[in-house]
Amino acid sequence: MKMLLSNDPTNVIITGVGGQGNVMASRVLAGMLVNAGFIVTIGETFGMSQRGGSVMSHLRVSSTSVLSPQIPQGRADIVIALEPVEALRVLVKYGNPHVAVLTNSRMVYPMGVITGEFNYPTLDEVKTMFEKISAKNWIIDATSVAVDLGNPVLSNIVMIGALASTSLLPIGRRAFEKEITKSIPAGKREINLKAFDAGAKML
Amino acid sequence: MNKLLSPAQTEVLFMGNEAIARGALEAGVSVVSGYPGTPSSEVIERLSDVARERKLYVEWSTNEKVALEVAAAASFAGLRSMCVMKQNGVNVASDFLLHLASSGTRGGIVLVECEDPGALSSVNEGESRYFARMLEIPLLEPASLQEAKDLTQWAFELSEKIRNVVILRSVTRMSHASGNVICGKLPEKFRSAEFVSDGSFMDPLKGPVVSTPVVVKHDLQQKKLQIAAELFEKSPFNDYSGPKRPELLIITSSACFLYSKEALEMLGLQKRVGILKLSCTWPLPVKLLKKYLRLTDKIMVVEEVLPFLEENIKVAAMGMLKETGIKTFYGKMDKTLPSVGELNPDIVAAALSKLMKVKRKLLPAGYMREIQKIAPLIPLREQTFCPGCPHRASFWNINTALKLDGRDGIVCGDIGCYAMASLWPAIGFHTVRTLHSMGSGTGLASGFAKLEAFGLDKPVMAVCGDSTFYHAVIPALINAHHNKADMTFIVLDNAGTAMTGFQPHPGIHESAIGEPLPSVEIAAICQAIGAKVAISDPFDLEATSRILTDFMAERGSLKVLIMKQPCALSPEKKGKKQYQMKINEELCLGESCGCNRLCTRIFRCPALNWDRTKKKAAIDEVICAGCGVCYSICPQKAIIRTEADG
Repeated sequence: MKMLLSNDPTNVIITGVGGQGNVMASRVLAGMLVNAGFIVTIGETFGMSQRGGSVMSHLRVSSTSVLSPQIPQGRADIVIALEPVEALRVLVKYGNPHVAVLTNSRMVYPMGVITGEFNYPTLDEVKTMFEKISAKNWIIDATSVAVDLGNPVLSNIVMIGALASTSLLPIGRRAFEKEITKSIPAGKREINLKAFDAGAKML
Repeated sequence: MNKLLSPAQTEVLFMGNEAIARGALEAGVSVVSGYPGTPSSEVIERLSDVARERKLYVEWSTNEKVALEVAAAASFAGLRSMCVMKQNGVNVASDFLLHLASSGTRGGIVLVECEDPGALSSVNEGESRYFARMLEIPLLEPASLQEAKDLTQWAFELSEKIRNVVILRSVTRMSHASGNVICGKLPEKFRSAEFVSDGSFMDPLKGPVVSTPVVVKHDLQQKKLQIAAELFEKSPFNDYSGPKRPELLIITSSACFLYSKEALEMLGLQKRVGILKLSCTWPLPVKLLKKYLRLTDKIMVVEEVLPFLEENIKVAAMGMLKETGIKTFYGKMDKTLPSVGELNPDIVAAALSKLMKVKRKLLPAGYMREIQKIAPLIPLREQTFCPGCPHRASFWNINTALKLDGRDGIVCGDIGCYAMASLWPAIGFHTVRTLHSMGSGTGLASGFAKLEAFGLDKPVMAVCGDSTFYHAVIPALINAHHNKADMTFIVLDNAGTAMTGFQPHPGIHESAIGEPLPSVEIAAICQAIGAKVAISDPFDLEATSRILTDFMAERGSLKVLIMKQPCALSPEKKGKKQYQMKINEELCLGESCGCNRLCTRIFRCPALNWDRTKKKAAIDEVICAGCGVCYSICPQKAIIRTEADG
């Protein structure tokens, strides 16, 4: 039986900094949802735009129709961020009073912050801002967990594990296992499952 | 199993470029060629992965013109072939394309060109649809992921039917979007190649393949286009959805169809506005157009980038004024829609909202106020070279040499990640001053070097990447040497076509499908041209700057420096650190050093942070690539490097 979405379409944005595994996270999540019988449309930017810049994948999940690969402004339901200010950047454009946000706490400082031109808000400030412009928010240290597992890039899968625990989307461990059997080489599946489980335990 | 080979009737999540690749497989393509360029590269990459199973010949060609010639040869021999490139690649291929369209083809041949409205990964917003009109070639534009597959397959049928090349145009938001696609059948039989050319000049299948006699062949070409137009009139790929009597008719193609649908939904206009989606856009299906133009007097054309459809529809409408009546057109020409940049559902909705006098539902005012307070607190994130990127070191070397020389030398840039050195301060200094098409930096430098007689006496340099070198630099380099241009030409050789995902090029010992190939050495070519050639490792700052300084002192000739160091993201380097980096906080003098924070303000590596509490440099170990270059730039030797284990 096909699971139901609380919103149809459900609009998900996965964001981060180039090189953090944004595209892979969106593919894995989308694959899980397609396996579950949903129609998924993804919009992505990659290529030169990922060199040190902000990256974003738009995922639109529906039981009935194909949608534009770009989510209209103010219409995100779920924001998953691999980096805290990237969550804010997406929220101010695509957020609305009902949006839920799940972010990794690990900061990647933009060049302008390193040179001293700009300020980077503290994690407490970020949390306060989330509270003002989202309905629910979770901040987790996915990168540390991924580093402990041996590779910081696994933080994207830790985040997917945590997302599964939020119950915002009809996805679970079995769906993840099924998807990575298709899309990830056999030698890397176990570590990805560990990352998923570690993420799921964080909420 | 590779998902590109999924059985018929299965529903798969495909990226647009994968859908195009699958469509070509279902059409029984045999030969695929192209030159990498975002957003087109994945078509060939994915086909390389299944080349053995599907008996394909897949080639990353030296440039787009050669790629099209390689694909055309297969068509002449009766095979189906496909050539893939980004928008500006069509410019490169266009001279051959003109002649190919005139000579006609045999086996189905499709030119897939993926455009980049908004230049998300380009240095131009070029439109290639006009080539279809100018060179009289049929043009198809898929408007969904499913259609990306289906239309590609049909493009081969069409090409074979009219015996001419067909252009299939995609855009970034189609090529790089993903969605559910239902697969069709893969053919079980494979064609064999045979080139018959001893028949009469006028025999399209047995004669020599030539564009002469020109006027006769041109006439034949136009008749082929006429057949295509007739097929387009009945094609299921052109489709109307909406009310019987719409107040406004949207005519659209490609990703803009999805934006238009979404915009109608956002404004609740589905019962008032109709959409005529055209996926066969040149030549226009005029009879079909007439049928739908009659529905209403107000027409809005939604497309990216230039008003190609709008112009053509207006011309067609002029020819049938008596039958359809006078229309009011909205689109790019009257500024209802922006005439530059990419579109999206919000932009289309804003235009519709004005035309139809309906308001979009806004977010609560209190929420908007919070957003407005937070937005300015978010630090910008400008693009920069990756941690460990050889280009950062290379431009450091170039800048150092130019500063030592003191004559404010000119550096001409080219296309690749290294273009960032010209676009914005990805590094803390400006070096590259010009940026145009592939290979142009070298031609420009050759020109700048001849301006001494007119009072421009500065050292002149040009940079280009290794793949660019083969693509378009060689003629410019020959020109420079032959005309005694006093310049230093620098190859930023990072061992692959890095920006687009490490596709091999003629300097790499490997084919698209990983088979060994002989490589063509850049140094040997430059030596054969007659230039003085040196090779250095850009991570060795001292040696590299010395060569550059010597080259600038040597007047009146072409000098070539090849800076060799693989890209930090290359498969052989990724995730492996050569050095473990550390800051000796006792040695780092911070702001009082007098170095103006060379490491964090000028060198600008994202992994080299500034600890605002301690007021010292700090290493972000998670993103540091361990290249060790920052060790060489610190005047205090406060950045320590030790060989990483394993």
